Amino acid sequence: MSLAQDTAPPAIQITGLNKWYGVLQVLHDVNLTVARGERLVICGPSGSGKSTLIRTVNALEGFQSGEIKVAGIRLTRDQSVVEDIRRRVGMVFQQFNLFPHLTVLENCALPLRLVRGLSAVEARDRSMHFLSKVRIPEQATKYPAQLSGGQQQRVAIARAVAMQPELMLFDEPTSALDPEMVKEVLDVMVALADEGMTMAVVTHEMGFARQVADRVIFMDAGRIVEQGQPTTFFSTPKSDRTRAFLQQVLH
Amino acid sequence: MHYKDNIDYPPMLTRPAVFVPLLVAVFAALCWFQAGDGALGRLVLGLVPGAEGNTLNLATAACVTALVGFNIFVVMRLPLRQQVWLVWAELAALILLFFYSFDLSFAFIQRKIGFLITQGLLTTLYISAVSIFIATLLALMGAIAKLSSNGIAQGIAHFYTSLFRGLPLLMQIYMIYLGLPQLGYVVDAVPTGIAALSLCYGAYMTEIFRAGIESIPKGQWEAARALGMRPVSVMTRIILPQSMRVIIPPTGNQFISMLKDSSLVSVVGVWELMYLARTQGQTEFRHIEMMVTASLIYWLMSIVLELAQKRIETHFNKAATR
Repeated sequence: MSLAQDTAPPAIQITGLNKWYGVLQVLHDVNLTVARGERLVICGPSGSGKSTLIRTVNALEGFQSGEIKVAGIRLTRDQSVVEDIRRRVGMVFQQFNLFPHLTVLENCALPLRLVRGLSAVEARDRSMHFLSKVRIPEQATKYPAQLSGGQQQRVAIARAVAMQPELMLFDEPTSALDPEMVKEVLDVMVALADEGMTMAVVTHEMGFARQVADRVIFMDAGRIVEQGQPTTFFSTPKSDRTRAFLQQVLH
Repeated sequence: MHYKDNIDYPPMLTRPAVFVPLLVAVFAALCWFQAGDGALGRLVLGLVPGAEGNTLNLATAACVTALVGFNIFVVMRLPLRQQVWLVWAELAALILLFFYSFDLSFAFIQRKIGFLITQGLLTTLYISAVSIFIATLLALMGAIAKLSSNGIAQGIAHFYTSLFRGLPLLMQIYMIYLGLPQLGYVVDAVPTGIAALSLCYGAYMTEIFRAGIESIPKGQWEAARALGMRPVSVMTRIILPQSMRVIIPPTGNQFISMLKDSSLVSVVGVWELMYLARTQGQTEFRHIEMMVTASLIYWLMSIVLELAQKRIETHFNKAATR
């Protein structure tokens, strides 16, 4: 790594983050730093706050106390700051959230034109480039409803990556897919990781975590309970809760 | 039906178990209402001279039933689209026959229809078109205000829809035309009509737009925002185009309804279609001629709007129907 990269601020820096829904506290004093180029996998039982945590990073969820910095920029309630951060952060959702009234190509090209200010031709060319990377260029003129779940999710990844974000958030990207389609989406994510993209992935795909992650985080009841490199995390989990969870998802 | 059942049932009307009882019911109803007493009876007299009373009733009922039965028999043998068009045309012909039976003076209509169109129709179209435009803007603003987190905007929007949906349109016209001058602001008749129609229909359409926007799942907002799109872009490029599928059909209803409610503006003396239809007929006691003419003009305009609505619907449905 070069010196410049060493001194650059981390991709995500979260300190003392607390969040409540009414009286229910969903995030307890979360501290987390994601380095540039790091591949982070977040797992945990449902309701543990893992989705909420990554959704606070691009301000899809608010929080009551603590601090979030994305690429060194402190997340405030200022509209321009929020938009700046959202332009640096790509996100992939469990339900794909493609725009059904636009074709696959338009799904990718419209944000490029509106947000990145590309011309129609530039936006189309760049969209086709990224659609090719997720191996779906031949579907460009179709509408999302005509595609399988796996294809839709790959388009969603292409749409986010085409914006050339500094980091990518994945919120359970394979949980809504039929089993035979999980692999095609994971393959695309692995390829993205191989290119050095900074990634924070909420997932139950432990195989993916083993293969790709630099670090695995286990959350329960709004707290980070345990974290470590995948090899140690899976072989010698420290806490009972982690062990119990791993037994459930690995069998 | 939009989602057709894949089983090919025999059409209801080709089954004798449906067809025969239907004809019996038609026959019984015609007898019960003594169809022979009226115009139908006079027509049948040509076939059965000298019949009267019950005989004429029975003969009339039999003739009409036979006609209905034969018609169904023929129509059922056509392809679907032709069935629809033929039935539509037959019903339209019946309505026109009904008007024709009024013994109208076509010379009078011919003399007046030019003025009815150049003055009346144009005014009606002008008032309706401007009102449709303003009402759409009001509805969009009202819906966004209702869905905003701004208490003042919400308060205004809620009061607005409550008041202008709650008061009769006629009352709103009077309030603007006769009420505002009390405060020293005199509004002319045509602006009064446009203001009242825009405010009233804007209030109804606010609710249509609100429901349309709310029908779009949260994930669409989140995806657009997560891509860094600005709020105006999110609304105009992502949410509204999808809402249109829900918004267009009831809005088409509103436009057609407004077209005809614009006739209420005649109470403040605007020379629109309905006003002229009433006044032009008065001088020569030819009320019915003018009313029928105006009605047909209204109907024609509604048909144009219907067709426009259909085209727009198809446009916004194209992603969903493929």
